[in-house]
Amino acid sequence: MIRLLSALAAGLVFGLGIAVSGMGNPAKVLNFFDPFGTWDPSLAFVMGGALVTTLIGYRAIFGRWSAPLFDTRFHLPAVNTIDARLVGGAALFGVGWGISGFCPGGAIPALGFAPWPTTLFLVAMCGGILLARWLQALPRRRIA
Amino acid sequence: MTEFTPWAALFGGILIGLAAVMLMAFNGRIAGMTAMLDGVLEPKSPDAPWRLAFLTGAILAPLAAMGFGAEFAFDAPVTGAALALGGVIVGVGVSYGSGCTSGHGVCGLARLSPRSAVATATFMATTFATVTVLRHVIGG
Repeated sequence: MIRLLSALAAGLVFGLGIAVSGMGNPAKVLNFFDPFGTWDPSLAFVMGGALVTTLIGYRAIFGRWSAPLFDTRFHLPAVNTIDARLVGGAALFGVGWGISGFCPGGAIPALGFAPWPTTLFLVAMCGGILLARWLQALPRRRIA
Repeated sequence: MTEFTPWAALFGGILIGLAAVMLMAFNGRIAGMTAMLDGVLEPKSPDAPWRLAFLTGAILAPLAAMGFGAEFAFDAPVTGAALALGGVIVGVGVSYGSGCTSGHGVCGLARLSPRSAVATATFMATTFATVTVLRHVIGG
């Protein structure tokens, strides 16, 4: 129960941060990536503020604690391979972000303050995730 | 045009970072939204409940702030077809790339992960290239 409440609290802070920052506003996001047109450098401050805060916070946590407050261990990604799958996936994500102006973290809180076009994007995105999983499972099915 | 809003952007960014630090300090988890969506897409997973709790908070916070009179600018200057197509491509991309702006760009970079650094540099570059082509080559 305490883990649900702490996740809810973190989610509330995250959602407010996205809404205040403009990261959930496609017009603002697209303008950040348009230095030759209607450039709006705001998002550099969003990413800078988020990164520096997390960098300092993570340092403090990992330097002092051997486990988080409400769990027995830190759940950190064990994968560290840099391969075509990572680069290709990230490249594709950027293309979709550039077409729509939405990234997953921007769209989720935007569901709260702009439900309509955001729902369209999120449904399509979940469809894309399921499509990718289906594609990833194909070779194994063939062998079996 | 959108207005340059450095202070709101910085404050919002700090809140996003604070949320990532909270989730790590409390539950030992990375605040990556691609994985967070599994709370909806894989409801039987043992991680689904806390992920759903996080997602609920993320959607409720702006709504609650609006209840207190806050206003958030929103404009999607693209067609519905672009939102749908972009959505599918984002979904496929974050699946193969194992993360998005929050997971790689904030949490991964903060852990000094080379993998996340490569992913972030890649998607920032292709987003810039896509916007430039759509606005100045095709639409220019």
